Amino acid sequence: MTVPNLAMSTPSAPSAVSRAWKHPLARPVAALALLLAVAALFVPGFLHLEIKDGHLYGSLVDILHRAAPLMLAALGMTLVIATRGIDVSVGAVVAIAGTVACVLVGTHGVAVAFAAALGTALLCGLWNGLLVSALGLQPIIATLILMVAGRGLAQLFTDGQIITVYEPASFFWLGGGYLLGLPVSLFVVATVAGLTGLLMKRTALGLFVQTVGINPVAARLAGVRTAAIVFFVYVYCSLGAGLAGLMISSNIKSADANNAGLLLELDAILAVTLGGGQLSGGKFSLAGSLIGALIIQTLTSTIYAMGVPPQVTMVVKAVVVFAVCISQSSAWSTWRKA
Amino acid sequence: MTTATNPVLELSGIHKGFPGVKALSDVSLRLFPGEVHALMGQNGAGKSTLIKVLTGLYQPDAGTILLDGKPIQPKRTEDAQAHGIRTVYQEVNLCTNLSVAENICAGRFPRKWGRIDWAAVNAEAKRVLAQMDLDIDVTAPLSRYSLSVQQMVAIARALRISARVLILDEPTSSLDDAAVQRLFTVLRRLRDQGLAILFVTHFLDQTYALSDRITVMRNGETEGEYLAKDLSRLALVNKMVGAPPDQQPTRLDSRSAQTGAPVLKAQGLGRSGALQPLDLELRRGEVVGLAGLLGSGRTEAARLLFGADHADTGHVETEGRSGRWHSPREAIAAGIAFCSEDRKHEGAILDLSVRDNILLALQARTGLRLCMSFEQQQALADDYIKRLGIKTASADTPIGQLSGGNQQKALLARWLATEPAVLILDEPTRGIDVRAKEDLMDAVRALAHKEDGTGMSILFISSELPEVLHCSDRVLVLRDRRAAGEYRRGELDERSVLEVIAAEPAAAASA
Repeated sequence: MTVPNLAMSTPSAPSAVSRAWKHPLARPVAALALLLAVAALFVPGFLHLEIKDGHLYGSLVDILHRAAPLMLAALGMTLVIATRGIDVSVGAVVAIAGTVACVLVGTHGVAVAFAAALGTALLCGLWNGLLVSALGLQPIIATLILMVAGRGLAQLFTDGQIITVYEPASFFWLGGGYLLGLPVSLFVVATVAGLTGLLMKRTALGLFVQTVGINPVAARLAGVRTAAIVFFVYVYCSLGAGLAGLMISSNIKSADANNAGLLLELDAILAVTLGGGQLSGGKFSLAGSLIGALIIQTLTSTIYAMGVPPQVTMVVKAVVVFAVCISQSSAWSTWRKA
Repeated sequence: MTTATNPVLELSGIHKGFPGVKALSDVSLRLFPGEVHALMGQNGAGKSTLIKVLTGLYQPDAGTILLDGKPIQPKRTEDAQAHGIRTVYQEVNLCTNLSVAENICAGRFPRKWGRIDWAAVNAEAKRVLAQMDLDIDVTAPLSRYSLSVQQMVAIARALRISARVLILDEPTSSLDDAAVQRLFTVLRRLRDQGLAILFVTHFLDQTYALSDRITVMRNGETEGEYLAKDLSRLALVNKMVGAPPDQQPTRLDSRSAQTGAPVLKAQGLGRSGALQPLDLELRRGEVVGLAGLLGSGRTEAARLLFGADHADTGHVETEGRSGRWHSPREAIAAGIAFCSEDRKHEGAILDLSVRDNILLALQARTGLRLCMSFEQQQALADDYIKRLGIKTASADTPIGQLSGGNQQKALLARWLATEPAVLILDEPTRGIDVRAKEDLMDAVRALAHKEDGTGMSILFISSELPEVLHCSDRVLVLRDRRAAGEYRRGELDERSVLEVIAAEPAAAASA
């Protein structure tokens, strides 16, 4: 009697494939792979890589390079979202940092310009962090202040003009230079991502960030400095945005207070979501957010390369994003199974 | 006031079950017009479920509800309201940014030409409030008024449309004494107008001050219906906790605890609306029980000792530190640990692993530097899983997948890992099975009573009186948010503690 019962009640052992599919990064990686496959099919020479003048060239390198500022912003946004927060001032901080650097670089040199830009970004982060953690403002409202005011501040620095930088050439190295045959921006992102990962794993910060995001009340009662953790993630996010702003200015050799990093915060939020992060906070994946950023850039690059008219581009982007988000929705998967 | 002979509302043979739980079993309740009826019972006795059946939120599995002798079956809250059954819940469900009149009339505004007739709205609000002898500016935003007035506005809202039965679910839990008196004046007035009022509270004084009739529930069953004047306080408490009144004193194992120097002293520790100033001393290697009914100030005392709430008065002294805590961090640094009664909201980090949950408090005290290597974390978690018998697939399993009792043990492990001098356990046995309760109580005594005098001092809080008596070397009884008596191990028995819990305020003052 018991033998058939046992056989009935034991579920068939999950195959390696279905177990791998359960991994949180499986779907973002699959989405990216699918996009790349489509691009390879429709865009001639998409996967082609060649070495010219000692530099590696190709669409894949170009996508990584162009995605660099977004990846920096997405790393910071990941931590902010993990604490149940949101930072919509990322684009404005990008504009401020880029402007400060471009205004100062001609007279004070690259080192001072970079330091001043990151210092300004730090101040922006302190402001956001103070509003959210000490004053208890809702994150979206608190960061909205800087989002609205930030570009105005940047325009004050430039008297409303677009500032173009002609020299020194070393200023262009960060956003346009090459190291060991690869764009410098890739090394910057790899370094920042690596350091952030270490910070999260080799210190208790990762545990605290998740704890605060999942259950702030219990976190406080367990002795976690919840306010300090929340403060930190906004500062960190702004610093990442500042670095992204430097990279963009360095790449386009100018500061455009109106358009630099426009809507970058939304792409960063999207990248976190595409990477499997929940806006309700808690568990986060830095790798997932990086992949999310790559999905967005691959999509943009591919659409342009395929010659889709600009008017249609946004629609195509929206459709793909919709499909990826739906595939990750738990309600959708329950509905499909039923 | 008990003049009417026919109940306006009569419930009989009500059964209600949830998967795995029998919430109500053969419950009956009679509400008479012109009477205040108190529904009494411990936590988990089934009061809330019964109210939800009455208001149409739940459908009973069996049983009848008669309104004026005719059977009704409220399927939704709207049905119950249409029958004149009105409910005011514990938390005030009003919009403080709207005016008093808007709050009272919201959902059913008087209209004229399809538009809201504001003059009628205000007049209507004034009329309802006048019934309750309340004269306030109905056009002012509700936020301008105190919590007690807001509570009365909530009642006015419930009464606006011909109510027959008014259900008040712990209406006084957030009110101070003066506000309670005002509320009672209004309730007596409404009772005299012929309304049947069902009043749920945990405060004995209030029950006797207001009620004509009392129904006691225990373990999902009706223990009995009594006239308030025929039921003594002691008998009421006995019926609630289920101890026979003539029971023999519980003899406890007589091994006297080797208690040492005081490790924590609280003097005049209090918080307005939560706890009257309380003195408390905990000695090394001693288990002190906090007994009292729900709302007596047990949890409030624990939260003040731990810094979870800010104290208005008094201070806490521990070895090396003295003062008023500003946050739990300070209390933890002083060697205090606190296992909250609300496991889900104030304890477990549900998505994180059992290991991370165990490690959390220790890590938080250490700061950002990892307090130990990953291998050591794993070993620590495995050690506690084994020692406390936590049933989990592995230390990596999210704690949310564990049963309540096992979550509780993991949270206990979280605090044991910090090796505290003082351990506060608030309802540690709630929602876990009998065997696990005994294990837990043995563990508690073992933690305190160490031969070498290095035991913790433990503050043990439980609604279950036998558990408190079984564990404790000393019991402090709280009633109405203040200390009402203290017992040493030799003089402990259930009856004397029950008497203190049930005593009249005046008697307590002279004792």
